[in-house]
Parts: sequence; structure tokens; C-alpha cells
Amino acid sequence: MGFLKGLFKKKAPRPSQQPRGILIFENTSEVIRAEGILKSRGYDIKVVGPPAHVRKGCDLAIEIPLVEAMGILHILKENGYPPLDWMPADDGLLKPVDLFHIKDFGRYLMVRAANMKITVHKSSLTIVNVSGGGCPDVPYLATVLVGKKLTEAPRPVELGHTLCGYALQLAYDKIKELCLPS
Amino acid sequence: MLAILGTVPDEKFPLLCGKASLRENFLLLNEREVPIQRGTPALVVSAIKILEVLNRQPPFLYLVGDTGKGEGSRQLYRFFTEDVKKREFSTIVFHYLMPDADWCNRILLAIDELKKRPFLIADAGFMYAAKMSGNAPLFDLFTPDLGELAFLADEQAPHPFYTRGFLLQEENKVEELIKRAYEHSNASRYLLIKGRSDYVVKEGRILSVISEPLIEALEPIGGTGDTITGIVSALIDAGFDVEKACYMAAKINRLAGNLSNPDPSTQISHIIKFLPLAFEQI
Repeated sequence: MGFLKGLFKKKAPRPSQQPRGILIFENTSEVIRAEGILKSRGYDIKVVGPPAHVRKGCDLAIEIPLVEAMGILHILKENGYPPLDWMPADDGLLKPVDLFHIKDFGRYLMVRAANMKITVHKSSLTIVNVSGGGCPDVPYLATVLVGKKLTEAPRPVELGHTLCGYALQLAYDKIKELCLPS
Repeated sequence: MLAILGTVPDEKFPLLCGKASLRENFLLLNEREVPIQRGTPALVVSAIKILEVLNRQPPFLYLVGDTGKGEGSRQLYRFFTEDVKKREFSTIVFHYLMPDADWCNRILLAIDELKKRPFLIADAGFMYAAKMSGNAPLFDLFTPDLGELAFLADEQAPHPFYTRGFLLQEENKVEELIKRAYEHSNASRYLLIKGRSDYVVKEGRILSVISEPLIEALEPIGGTGDTITGIVSALIDAGFDVEKACYMAAKINRLAGNLSNPDPSTQISHIIKFLPLAFEQI
């Protein structure tokens, strides 16, 4: 009993260490509308001043739980108040992963973006597997996408809610670019 | 007893807890059938298969529906922090749950009040939460893949999506990534790193590397990481030494993959069927 206390003393938990993100809007009335929409959905958000490195939008912004950015963006878009931009609420140095790992298995092609992988049967264009990730929308997205053709599968960004879902969208866009004639 | 906390991709699935079992091709919890798909069901069924071989009781499962909105995960966190006080678990596995640093803190505080310290394993979303909240060293075992190891190694990344590019997720960088993860206190006591080669690590030191059999087709198959976490959890709970359990889990997972004769379209439920045979072969 109390076996963690020594370690907690060294590194006391702060009231909230959940990574936060920032939504940037065109004007303050959009901020107020968006705040109402998100609060009514139970999201842990608050209106803040935009960080100093942000060079666009109005003088108010909304701070959100970063991991849940994708679901929040989707709700705001559905309600007609999409932000101009979104980003981690840090000093502006964090950027989304932009490196793709592509692996050819002969009849199959796999693309990895960050921690998410998607694999397609090249001739039929069927999505055969979705792997990686750790947020709970990943198994859901896998259930929806696997077995569907690239030409008919829904975009992960329309169904996912987390940054893992967003990473899958990047992998999905890349594999479409590679497999489908432009 | 082994406890497992996780989610299923069905918003209507209620919060349930109880002993898990198998019924034909389904995971069974409180008479509710769950398809054996990638994610927590694959982890649980793999653990059951190994525990069956070892004549051990099945795991105690906390399961809730969550498609990524996080409501189910938070409901489960809330319930568990109270319910765990009534139980005696020797091993607890946290899996596909919404990464939430605050709830990670609260759960650790609830566990801190228990009479006996359980062996704590985290994978997937809860491993992200453990790192985000600065609590990684309080866990006994993480089971990251190479991309997740790069995330653990990046002291600034709040999620794998923001892992910085200079921390290349390449096999020849594994030692560097391990060192960095421990330097910044973003790793558990043991790591079982899943990849082309699997690495067993204790407090920054590589204990063993498992590379055979190498089956290329396993990489794209969703759930091969879940199965290895399920296997190692069962072995540790059954009393195997942690290093040996990690080694055996990596080996059993590879052997089962080999026995299943997979291609990149193989589904994880097919591979899981071969786990008992793979256990016998090791």
C-alpha cells in the first residue's frame, strides 16, 4: 500500500496534464458559437487568447483536448463553424508527422503514417488490413474500412475522433495517391 | 488473477465486467458475444488461449463500447477506480482506451491504495496516457511497436502523431530510441518492443532479441500486437519470470503467425487459432 507514493513525490501529478490543442477562428462570434456547440457535447474546452506564434484569426481561440481534435473538427464542420486552423497548444514547434513508410508485398501495398498502417490488395483495390494505433476509434475504423474498395470506402476523417484516426487518414490519402490513377 | 481493461468498437455495448470465456468463434462476457477482431478482443482471447494451456483461470475483463468519442473509456475509468478496491488482481492490463492523462493519474492513485501491488502492463491508448501524464516509470511493462517506441523516445510528443521526424522509426535506431525513452523517464521498467525483431528490455538494457521465424506478412495484419500483449500478460500472471515471459510471448506469436501461413490479407482471428500449437512447439 502506498507503493507509488515515492515516485509520485518525485513527480507530483499536475491538476491537468492532458495535451491541449488550439482552434483558431475567423472572428469572435464564431468562437462563441463553437464554444456552445462543444460544451453542449460535453467536451472539456475553454476560450483562451491565441498563443503568440499564431499569426491568423481573431483574438480569441478555443483550447481543446488535443487527442480528440478530429472528432471536434468533425462536429464543428457539421454545424457550420469549422476553425481556420488547429494546432497543439505548445510553442509552435510540434508538427504532424509527414514521413510515410511504403512497403510493397507483391500483390499488396502497405502505407504507414505515424503509428497507423493501411494495406490494400493492388488489383482489386480492396482494403485488407488496418493496423497500428492505440486510440479506441482505430478498431472501429478497421471494422468499417476492411473489405471495402478504396473507391468506395469512407474517409477515416469522417468517422474517426482522435489523432490516430487522423494519422490513418494520412496513410489512406497516400495509398489512394499510389493506387488510383489521378 | 489477470485483469484486462479495454474497449470494443460498438457505442451501444454497455460497460460490463466479469470472467471472460470463449464460445466457438466469440469472446463471451456475461453471456454477451463479442466478435474476435483486432483490439482488446484479440488481446483477451490470446490470453485465454494461453491460460487454458496452462490450466489457469480465465482473465477478469472490464469492457465497454467506445468508437473514439471517449465516453465509454471515461465511464470505464470511473467504474474501475471504485471496483478495483473490491478485487485482488495480480496483473492488470490497460489497452485500447482513450488516452487521458487525468484518468491515468486517478487510476494509479486508486491502485496505490490496494494492499498488494499488481503487475501493471499498458499498451495502445493507455500506454500513451501513461507517457503523457509522466507516469511511465510506474508501470512494469509496455508493449510498443517501433512507431510507438519513437513516440516514447520523443520527450516532446504528446501523441505518436506528433513524433518528430529525426527520431526515425527504423530498426537500426532501436537502441538509440530505447536509450532516449529511459533518459527522459518515458519507459516502463520492462519493454517488449514489437517489430521485425522483437526486443526485451529491462531498465534500458536489452536482454534479448527475437528475430525468428521472420514472417514479413505479419506486419500489415491488424491485431498481431494485441496478441503478443495478451500472451505475455497470461504468462506473467501464470508466474513466469518477466524476461522469460516476454521472450516466450514474442516467440509464440511468431510461431503462430508462421503456422497460420498468412498473407497481408489474413485476419487476426485466424492466427489466434494457432496459439496453443505454437505454445507446444516452443
